[in-house]
Amino acid sequence: MARLGMVIDTRKCVGCMDCVIACKTENGVPDGHCRDWIAQRLQGTLPHLRLTITSERCNHCDRPPCVSCCPTGASHVHDYGQVVLVDHDKCIGCKACLAACPYGARFVHPDGYADKCTFCIHRVERGELPACVSVCPTHSMYFGDLDDPESEVSRLIASRRHFVLMPDAGTGPRIYYLE
Amino acid sequence: MFEIVTTRANPMVDPSLHVWGWEIPVYLFLGGWVAGSMVLTGYFLRQGRRPGATSVSRVLPWIGIVLLSLGMGALFLDLEHKLYVWRLYLTFQPSAPMSWGGWILILVYPVLLLGALASVPPDLLARWPAVARLAARLNEAPAAARLGTVSIVAGIALGVYTGILLSSLGARPLWASAALGPLFLVSGLSTGAAFAHVIAGDAQEQSTLLRADNLFLATELVLIGLILIGLLTASASHAAAAGLLLGGPYTAVFWVFVVGLGILLPLAIQLLVASHRIPHTVVPALLVIGGGLALRFVIVSAGQYSHWISQ
Repeated sequence: MARLGMVIDTRKCVGCMDCVIACKTENGVPDGHCRDWIAQRLQGTLPHLRLTITSERCNHCDRPPCVSCCPTGASHVHDYGQVVLVDHDKCIGCKACLAACPYGARFVHPDGYADKCTFCIHRVERGELPACVSVCPTHSMYFGDLDDPESEVSRLIASRRHFVLMPDAGTGPRIYYLE
Repeated sequence: MFEIVTTRANPMVDPSLHVWGWEIPVYLFLGGWVAGSMVLTGYFLRQGRRPGATSVSRVLPWIGIVLLSLGMGALFLDLEHKLYVWRLYLTFQPSAPMSWGGWILILVYPVLLLGALASVPPDLLARWPAVARLAARLNEAPAAARLGTVSIVAGIALGVYTGILLSSLGARPLWASAALGPLFLVSGLSTGAAFAHVIAGDAQEQSTLLRADNLFLATELVLIGLILIGLLTASASHAAAAGLLLGGPYTAVFWVFVVGLGILLPLAIQLLVASHRIPHTVVPALLVIGGGLALRFVIVSAGQYSHWISQ
């Protein structure tokens, strides 16, 4: 079974927010909310500063705390690619998953259910790339099977220095950032 | 320097990081109070007090039904997808404390109802012979003791789960303590005992409840100390979470309202009452109840404020 993940090259990302707009358009994300966002991390002391731009979203963790805390099974790991999804008709809106996610990746949809990035599973199951990956003008985003050593994402992780967000939280995030 | 600028706009999470408002602390407080009352009711039933006799265990189940219903009302108000609440009872998710809680509440209500039924005078039930027989049966020694045991077990389950519910959410370091469940249980016992010793008509029961409350309050202090030590000796994120109560924005409200007015002052007053230096008064009970509510508000609010310090 595939284990889908994403690799994002922070040396190529310019923070243009095309990924954010593409996601909102593709998924009809309501005003005031977003499933992905851009963060800029500025580190160091003048004149030695380093700026890292990251396109962030649900990390589709290997050990997703949002799934284990869900009282109805609405939050689940999908058979296809082990993507973490929410079944809207099972969600009671208790917000335990919002409290459990260290990335703050979830929000309550105005219709009442918990919502977040789906890795555009409806596109991926058709053989297409997630909307954010497909529109990136600098080609900084890669998507594929992390369990396949020959996939582009696996080869990038094997060959380049990289980091994940909040590794200490122990959730096993599946979005890797190339340094 | 390390500065993060983010373009996201997620009002449920940023900038306050608060997903739960007043409803959850109120539910946790009322649920804890009912849990404590059930354990105390069970204790008196097992001690041979009959539900129909002049005992505080005659009143507590009725009050428990009212308090739990109010608490569950608050819980329902918190749900964002209210019409789908029945989904909770189409499944059991063993890894989710909230699922355990949903089913524990299903167990708690019948136990409270049986306790309440047993306290109804027989002449009021004359029109319903089957119900009257059940009430009479519950007043017999073995059945009353069994009801007491079930009441204690259900009460402990209800009290502990509210703490485990929070501590299982690993994204909030302040809640990452196995002692949070016992703390909420003991706080519920303390609230239940404080209320019960005010309404108790029997002098012996009142004395027992007062002394028990002093023990619960002292245990609360120990558990709070253990939780803070555990956080301070864990990772930087956990130490920073403890810092919210030790110099951070929640310091004053925690030490003044939870520890000072909610535990230390009532403990001091009740110790004087227990040693017969001052007459029995309602003041410490009110302080304990207020302290229990403040504890839930501070822990829920500060817990949501705490987060992982990491890239």
